Amino acid sequence: MNLQDTIITDVLIIGAGLAGERAAVAARERGLGVTILSMVPPRRSHSTAAQGGMQASLGNSAMGQGDNPDIHFQDTVKGSDWGCDQEVARLFVEAVPIAVRQMSYWGVPWNRVTAGRKTLPDGRVIEDKKEFEGLITARDFGGTAKWRTCYTSDGTGHTLQYTMDSIVIAQGITVHDRTEAIALIHDGGKCLGVVVRCLRTGGLRVYLARATVIASGGYGRLYTASTNAVINEGTGMSLALDTGVVPLGNMEAVQFHPTGMVPVWILITEGARGDGGYLLDKNLYRFMPDYEPNKKELASRDVVSRRMVQHMRKGLGVDSPYGPHLWLDIRHLGAKHINTNLREIANICKNFNGIDPVRDLIPVRPTQHYSMGGVRTDIDGRAYGLKGLFAVGEAACWDLHGFNRLGGNSLAETIVAGMVVGEKIADYALGADLDWAYPLVKDAVRTQEERIAALASCRDGKENVFALKNEMGEVLMNYVGIFRTGEGLQKAVDQLTALYERSAHLGLHAPAVGANPEMTACLRLPGMIRLALCIAVGALARTESRGSHAREDFPKRDDANWLKRTLAYWDPGCLAPRLEYEPVKITSLPPGDRGYGESSTPKV
Amino acid sequence: MANRNLKINIFRYNPAEPEKKPSMASYPFEELPGLTMFTVLNRIREELDRTLVFDFVCRAAICGSCAMIINGKPRLACKTLTKGLPKEITLLPLPVFKLIGDLSVDTGTWFRHISLKTEAWIHTSAKFDPTAVEERMDNETALRIYEPERCIECGCCIAGCATANIRDDFMGAATINRVARFMVDPRDERTPGQYFDVIGCDEGTFGCMGLMACDNNCPMEIPLQYQLAYVRRKMAAFGLGGWKGTGRTGEPQHHRAGRSAS
Ligand SMILES: Cc1cc2nc3c(=O)[nH]c(=O)nc-3n(C[C@H](O)[C@H](O)[C@H](O)COP(=O)(O)OP(=O)(O)OC[C@H]3O[C@@H](n4cnc5c(N)ncnc54)[C@H](O)[C@@H]3O)c2cc1C
Ligand code: FES
Repeated sequence: MNLQDTIITDVLIIGAGLAGERAAVAARERGLGVTILSMVPPRRSHSTAAQGGMQASLGNSAMGQGDNPDIHFQDTVKGSDWGCDQEVARLFVEAVPIAVRQMSYWGVPWNRVTAGRKTLPDGRVIEDKKEFEGLITARDFGGTAKWRTCYTSDGTGHTLQYTMDSIVIAQGITVHDRTEAIALIHDGGKCLGVVVRCLRTGGLRVYLARATVIASGGYGRLYTASTNAVINEGTGMSLALDTGVVPLGNMEAVQFHPTGMVPVWILITEGARGDGGYLLDKNLYRFMPDYEPNKKELASRDVVSRRMVQHMRKGLGVDSPYGPHLWLDIRHLGAKHINTNLREIANICKNFNGIDPVRDLIPVRPTQHYSMGGVRTDIDGRAYGLKGLFAVGEAACWDLHGFNRLGGNSLAETIVAGMVVGEKIADYALGADLDWAYPLVKDAVRTQEERIAALASCRDGKENVFALKNEMGEVLMNYVGIFRTGEGLQKAVDQLTALYERSAHLGLHAPAVGANPEMTACLRLPGMIRLALCIAVGALARTESRGSHAREDFPKRDDANWLKRTLAYWDPGCLAPRLEYEPVKITSLPPGDRGYGESSTPKV
Repeated sequence: MANRNLKINIFRYNPAEPEKKPSMASYPFEELPGLTMFTVLNRIREELDRTLVFDFVCRAAICGSCAMIINGKPRLACKTLTKGLPKEITLLPLPVFKLIGDLSVDTGTWFRHISLKTEAWIHTSAKFDPTAVEERMDNETALRIYEPERCIECGCCIAGCATANIRDDFMGAATINRVARFMVDPRDERTPGQYFDVIGCDEGTFGCMGLMACDNNCPMEIPLQYQLAYVRRKMAAFGLGGWKGTGRTGEPQHHRAGRSAS
């Protein structure tokens, strides 16, 4: 290690997605020096892929009339199946209208209310009032009592990210793209910064900061079939887990999106169903109303996904070389609507499947989509276990989403958490010293240098990183998916443990100087398997069904025993996580009926 | 029908080994139905050559990471199906941008620089008031901003542009399109003169030779020709002594129309 490759800053943010950039802006506005790290240029972050929208109870649209933060709060808590932290949910619903309007002020071209009568695809007639014309409008998303999802056509994540990044640029915030944080530097009580590998050159650098923020997004790519970007491998969560002192919260809570397009798993946004799309089976029968008479296709995601699998298990799926699937039908929305409001869906269908949704049905199946779990933080975004470490966005378990996130609540979380936690980060950084324990830093770098040298020389073996990664993805798909059983989960744990042991023997098959992509994969994989084990072990232990965690052998929610959050720690040198639990904070809405889902409707 | 046997030719160069000359490598690949270059490249890396460098992020034509020259044309690799291509497919990195290795180029740094240079953010003197409802805007205006806003900065228009290939300082269609996005946005208070300083020059709108390869190459199908003409017309009008505001929707003098309404 030489000091020339050491960079010092007030606030270091790992991740340039929406959460990281919003937090960076908050800290910068308080006069702090901010450096953002990202594996990719900020505008390529996964946030740009979000199409559907962002929830905020503005109540401007006809179907949003009367909406307010209270109703948003109730939807969020019910959606979470009472797994979320209600203090966080309350703070969130109050702040999100401000966040949406601020994004508008910064430049997001939100779609606006146009006055007049409109006929919905189901025949209902609604009227948008003149007095709301020109204010931010909203569309329907699953699991919400009102139309609350603000959007920009089919590119909400794109416009949010580009706007946020334009402010990052305007404020002169430093961004180091094509860098990957590979280890946190800490002394067991306090986080000092990170060791970073440059993805241009393969070289290591050190970043020291008063406050370090994990904003690295989700881990979808642990699963073989995921809607997530290929860089979503949970690396930020691994860094925290690897410290041994920072726990991950509720890792068993994994969301599946009902409509991943077969066979490439690209997401067809919920906006398609929100705008009136139907799900059909192999007989072209619309089956959702049978299961969910009230919400139909727009029950929460966990419920719709399970109903789809349930229906396919009855032999009513459409057979294909990629396994059974169902159809999404938006043809009745008409060419004009599809080619403007749902243009990106139309493009995806054409480009990646050669079909035109104006005329054709879209093959869909539930696909891994979102990680509710992540680095456990308190309401101020402070990670448990290490001072000076924060987490925001999908990487965090702030715990807004509990066991199921509502569509549109994630973009909203990134902006709100960035805004609110950003202030707490600034407060902390302004009062904190920069620690500069040279031996500690040197050790952290040396550990990484040794790992890299061992992989390059195949010191510990020559296990094939790509093969191991694929096996991990299959184990998760097979046993830690939408429906889970004790037996299956035990298999998953056993197989993942074996893979984890093998991952200690990875070696490069093709050494190369520079930023060798095989080295990148080798450095990530053991951490990814640790995350997979946290998911599987947590799911095995949780003998109830809640939100997206559906145990066939324990089909009921069990508030008496399981109204609690899982905390997974990884003690150094161990082969499995250690689980602890903490109570879930219930402030105003005691556990009850969600109003949709298996517990609320008769068996079909 | 039997699957075709494809031959994939890929440009190879690792800047960390400057002593090794750039070269082309060929890989055999059996075509499957619905095959895209995303799958081809990943499988080549996993099965045939682990050192191969390329960029994918979203693999869904949303993030702009994966542009490269495919059989002579700049395209997004993730949304290029092999089906429409001949059996022999040649992949080169985008020109103009700095090469990182093999098929990977540094579009990120390039676009960031251009954002800084054109100050591609909303310039406003208004202060954000967290207690107020949002300013009104008509939906047509929002949609008109969204049209150029859709650019994903993949670099295809720049790589295929004759001017950008011979002149380092030419800002290219994506940049001019980005400026158009701010020009139609009533929230941006920049005057025609300020825009002129940014873009009314040879590096900007007047450097374009009008060959319009950009328009054909845009994977987002943004009407770049229209956006370029729009900016050029505005700048020419300003250069000739005045930006004639006619009240046609979307023109920058409209600015304040929405401001008082809320
Ligand atoms: C296809 C799709 C559609 C979606 N649509 C919606 C929607 O309509 N509404 C909604 O609310 N939500 C939606 N979501 C969810 C939402 O988009 C994400 O949860 C959210 O954008 C995550 O933002 P983030 O800032 O936390 O992380 P990301 O945007 O994923 O950003 C992570 C950042 O961290 C960086 N990074 C990661 N690891 C490291 C490391 N080790 N070192 C350095 N940098 C690192 C990356 O480069 C990136 O910049 C969707 C998700 C998907 C998959
Ligand atoms: S990988 Fe995102 S555009 Fe191709």
